[in-house]
Formats: sequence, structure tokens, C-alpha cells
Amino acid sequence: MRNLTRRSILAAAPAAMAFAALPARAAKKYGSGVTDTEIKVGNTCFYSGPASSYGTIGKSEAAYFKMVNDQGGVNRRKIDFISLDDAYSPPKTVEQTRKLVEEDGVLLDLNPLGTPTNSAIQHYLNSEKVPQLFVATGASKWDNPKKFPWTMGWQPSYRSEGHAYAVHILAHQPNGKVAVLYQNDDFGKDYLNGVKQGLGDKANSMLVAVASYETTDPTVDSQIIDMKSKGADVFVNCAIPKCAAQAIRKAAELGWKPLHILSSIGNSVAVTLKPAGLENSKGIISDFYLKDPTDPQWKNDAAYLQWVAFMDKYYPDGDKTDINNVIGPSYAQTFIQVLKQCGDDLTRASIMRQAASLHNFRVPMLLPGITINTSPTDFAPIKQIQMGRFDGQRWQLFGPLIAGQLPA
Amino acid sequence: MPEPEAIAVEAAAAPAAEASSSAGPATSWRSRRRLAIGAVVILGLLAPLVVQNFTIFQLTMVMIYGLAILGLNLLTGFNGQFSLGHSAFYGIGAYTTAILMSQNIAYYWTLPGAGVVCLVVGVLFGLPALRLQGLYLALATFALAVAMPQLLKSHLLEALTGGVQGIVIDKPDPPPGVPFNADQWLYYFTLAVVLVMFAGAASLVRSRTGRAIMAIRDHPTAAAAMGINTALYKTLTFGVSALYTGVAGALGAIVVQFVAPDSFSFFLSISFLVGLVVGGVGSIPGSLFGGVFVLFVPNIAERVSTGLSGAIYGVILLLVIFIMPTGAAGVLRRAGGWLTDAWRFLETQSKGRRTS
Repeated sequence: MRNLTRRSILAAAPAAMAFAALPARAAKKYGSGVTDTEIKVGNTCFYSGPASSYGTIGKSEAAYFKMVNDQGGVNRRKIDFISLDDAYSPPKTVEQTRKLVEEDGVLLDLNPLGTPTNSAIQHYLNSEKVPQLFVATGASKWDNPKKFPWTMGWQPSYRSEGHAYAVHILAHQPNGKVAVLYQNDDFGKDYLNGVKQGLGDKANSMLVAVASYETTDPTVDSQIIDMKSKGADVFVNCAIPKCAAQAIRKAAELGWKPLHILSSIGNSVAVTLKPAGLENSKGIISDFYLKDPTDPQWKNDAAYLQWVAFMDKYYPDGDKTDINNVIGPSYAQTFIQVLKQCGDDLTRASIMRQAASLHNFRVPMLLPGITINTSPTDFAPIKQIQMGRFDGQRWQLFGPLIAGQLPA
Repeated sequence: MPEPEAIAVEAAAAPAAEASSSAGPATSWRSRRRLAIGAVVILGLLAPLVVQNFTIFQLTMVMIYGLAILGLNLLTGFNGQFSLGHSAFYGIGAYTTAILMSQNIAYYWTLPGAGVVCLVVGVLFGLPALRLQGLYLALATFALAVAMPQLLKSHLLEALTGGVQGIVIDKPDPPPGVPFNADQWLYYFTLAVVLVMFAGAASLVRSRTGRAIMAIRDHPTAAAAMGINTALYKTLTFGVSALYTGVAGALGAIVVQFVAPDSFSFFLSISFLVGLVVGGVGSIPGSLFGGVFVLFVPNIAERVSTGLSGAIYGVILLLVIFIMPTGAAGVLRRAGGWLTDAWRFLETQSKGRRTS
């Protein structure tokens, strides 16, 4: 009986769809959560718990969608951005994501935040064929369209950053002796693997000191002393702000002056360089992909001024020195481009198809020249970065854009 | 001790109590309680047939948190020892299951494994904890909770634990021929385990051993003077408590299909403690209400206001403590009393009418 009903429904469905499609425009196809006037978009973020300082990504993104809705939405559809708190707890992420998919019936899960939290829902979303789009984490494992065709990253992966450092080293100090300091966990190892990959055949001969630290280590002094004693003249510092600052300070104390490359996780002037000493930090180079709102060189930039206007009107409580408030709206802008490309074909498959065919798309707050590009085999939207050198006051960008070309 | 639980369960299933009225006012507490438990079990059995998969998942998590809180309750509610470290036991249970499952061991066999590992760890931790009392024990267990995520991330264990990446577990399929989907099957599997564990806890508490455990809570010196080996019982209670919470962690890993160090932070211990107090310290069915609170109240707070969810959670918690100072179990006990009074009143009324 059950089979019979199901079969008859299956048989009837194409006929019904064809019939329904007749009067309307032929291309109109809606997935879950989509109507003529609304698109339901799900998200999980940290609004409470130990990492709640990142919650502002979700808040600024919600504020951006509010602005888009006030201006009439995308193709006259308003975006209903349902952002739930998972408090950086993977079991809660699973619960909230299932709520979004099964109860709220969202079209997709847009930039859920965090590495372990995204790992927890990746299998579920892929088995349910729900897009896990533009995940908000820098791990490199999201770019794997063969195994996880419903998951896509967004920001440059830590691995592609490491790769870019290697490219820079090979160009400027091809016979350098390289030391790497990394955090002993997945993103630290992503950096290290990127550097190794970028150095290629020369990795074994050039890497003279590879040292890790634990977030709980009181200092990284011994690692730095060891690196200097091994004669390293290039130092890749992939540490969180506290440890990066300690490393900068210790190197200055020892009078060790290598080519010092600081990873993007530790390149905040306020959080790393000031505590390390601005004078000690002079000459350090690092990489960037967004316009830092605290960098005075953007103060007359049109995109920056637009962002400030948006923040003033739609998110006045938001901190305008926090780069996370730049990231949230940038996610939203990328997603809106995907929606525009989808037109009236708003199914889950169509979302993934269009997300995988972004070509030279510009998000205003990306550094000049950086564009977003994807393809069915390339699920890493932002790959370009630019190097900058610290002049004792601020980061001075220099050189061409570097594309981390990564084999998957 | 069985009294509060008897009333609590009874009140939870008022219709069942009504059904039993045919037996007349002479119906004893015991048989009423049996009926009530039966009704709750039947409700539990029927629930997944009528609600959505997502709700089934939530109910499964409620049972799991309830079981974890029961573990804490055995230690704190019945034995008077404080612990802020139960997230660690929950995590050890979860990781034991995840590691065993990644070695292709069937999920149901991993539960005894997780239980035994936690029992051993609990007893080992309970031994030095014997010298610590009250706040000092709370601090020692707090240290365990804080250390656990970092131990799980550590270099030495990485081959086993997967480091920060954690371990992804495949969702177990229902056995062939069972007409349930995976969520329903996991629900029934959890329900069966939880029923057995709750029944075990109830009979433990009612036994001679249980009386010894409670005597130590009420007056350790008197208990020792009566010949109770306090050191032995305290250590064993620690072990059994860890076992309960560990089995809950194992079930949690299977249902969530993922373990990572960040899942078992110190905040989880606090959630268990909140659930314990809200459900009712020293009440076995109260633990289940604790599970309901732990899972649903953060969601309610979030629905009221995303930005202020923490503050609203706090307000709800304060209200709950003011309104139900003895926990959900205490409220149900009182409600049960009122219901019985009301019933007796109606009965005498109708009798009076008949005779007149």
C-alpha cells in the first residue's frame, strides 16, 4: 500500500510540475524555504560561551541583510537570516543545524562559524544535500568538492597563506635557512604544510628548525633561542597574538634579525605588535586580504566609507575597529552574488552550482585587485593575498597579489 | 528515600493516577507509582512515532543529559560529594566510544567499554579525592574538567583522539527488519539504556548500600561509628557516578556523531550542575527534568533575544530557583499532594451525595 502510494505520487509528480509550470515562467524552481517573497537562510554563530567575541560576525551579517531587505531584497525576495547560537559547542551546533534544516526548513546553512563546529555538521549536511556554504574558518579541509560537494570555504586557507610565505622566501632569500614556529593543532599544521608545499623540493634542505608550541606554554623563548642557534635567517612566525608577541620580543632581545614573516592570525597592531614593542616589530612582513578598518590608508576609500555608513545606520553598536565586522558583510555580499546568479532557480543544487561558478567577483572590502573565483573543482573562493611590511606605525602593503595555487 | 520519586513520577502522569482510581482510595503508593512509571514509559515509547526527526533527536539528547545528571546526582545528591568535573567523565565516555567505533567495533558494544573505563578513572580519581571535602573537592574536580580538553588535544594522544580535529562517527543504521529510521532507532536504543540505568540507580539507592551512601552524606562521623566503611563507599560512589556520566557521554557521541575536545569544556560541567539543582538534588526522576532544562532553556532564552540570551538564561534560572527551591522534583511532590487532596475531596463529595 505504502509503495503503491509512493509510486503513484512519483508518477504524478512530473505531470503536476509540468502543469504547474505552464502558466508561470519556465525557470522558476524553488527549494526548501523559498517563496516569491522570501528566502530562508540558516546560520550558526557564537553568541555566548568562550568564543563569543566572534559573535559580531553574525550580528554584522544580519545587519547587512536588514539593509538589503530595506532596499527591496534580492530579486524582490527578502532574506530571512535565521542565526542561532551554538556557543562554540559542537553538540549544540548539530542540534541547532538540525533545527534549521528540519524545523525551519532553510534553503542552506550560510557561513556557520568555527572549525570543530563545522566538522560536526559536515557529514549531516552533505548527506541531507544542504549547502554548507562559505564556512567561517580558515582550515584547508573545506576545499574538497569530491568528497564533500555541499561544503565550501571562503577565506584564504592557512595552508595557502603558508604557501605564499614560501613563494616570498624563494623569491627573496632562495638560499635562506628557514625556521617555523607553529601552534600544535590543526591550523598550526595547516600553515606548516603550506610552507613545506611551497618550498617543494627545497623544503628538506631549507627548513633548519621547525618548532611547535602549545597554547598553554608560558613562553616560546626556548624555541626562539634554538632557532637562532641553528643559524636560521628566515623566521616564519605562525603563532597566536600572545605567543607571536613573545617571539618578536625574544628575537629582539637576542639581537636576532631574520627575515621575519608573521602569519595573519597574529598580525594585529593593537593585539600583537604593540605588546611586542613597535620598534621591535619594524620590518616584519605579513599577509592581508581585507581592508583593515584601522588602517589610515583607507580613510578616503569609497568602499570603506560605504562600510562606515552601513555600520552607523544598521549596526551602531558594532566596533568599527574590529575586522570581524568587515568579514560579516563580506560574506553577505558574496552570498547575494550567488543569489543573483541563481535568478529564479533557487534550489539547493542551484545554489551550489552558482557558488561554484563565481568569476572575478569583487567584494568591496577585499584589498584592491583581489577577486573571488570558484569552479566545480575549486571550492576555495579567496586565494589571493598581499604582503605588507610594518614600518613602525602601520602595515605598508607592497608587491603583487600572491595566489596560493594549491593542489587539493 | 523512594517517596519523592514516587510522587514525582505519579504527578508526571496524572491520567494514569486517575485510571488507577477504580481500585479505590486504598491504592497504595507503590502500585500507583508502578502505573505512573508504566505510563511514562508508554509515552516515551510512543513519542518518536508522532514527532519530527529533529524533535526525536532533541528528546534523545534530553535522556542523555538526564542520565549524565543522574550520575552527578548519585555523587552529589545521595553521597554529598561535590563535583565540577563531570564534563571530563562525559568526555572520556564519548571518546572511548568514538575510538572503539573507529576500530570498527559495533556501537552497542562500546557502551560497556565506556562504562568500565569511566568506572576505573572515577575510582582512581576518587581515591585522592577522599582527603578533600566540600569546596576543596569541587576545586580538584574543576581542575580535571579544565584539563580534559587540553589532554584530548595533546600530542601523545593525538593518534588515538585525532587531536583538535576530533573523530567523526558514522550514524548507526537500525538493524535490518526494524521499521524505524536511524533517529527513531537511536531514540529507542537510548531509551532502553536509560531505563535500565535509572532502574539500576533506583534499586541501588533503595538497597543497603544506598542507605550507607546516604548515611555518609547525612552524618559522616555517625556513619563511620555505625561501622560503614566511608572510604570504600565514597570511592565506589565516585566510580559509579563516573560510570553513569560516562555511559551518557558514550550515547551522546553516537547520537551527535562527532567528538572534539571543545565539546567537553568546563561549561558542560556547569550545565550538569545547573540541571542537577533545577531537577532536584537527590531525586532520581528529577535528573530527567534537569536534562530538559539543560537542553531547552538555552533555546528558549535565545528565542526571546539573541543578543541577550545569556542574561535571559540567567533570569530564567533565578526565577526557577525562586519558584522551585527544591527543584522540579519538589514542585511535582507538592503538585502530587494537591492532586491527591483534590481527588479525596471530590471522592468524599460524591460519596456524600450518594448517601444523602
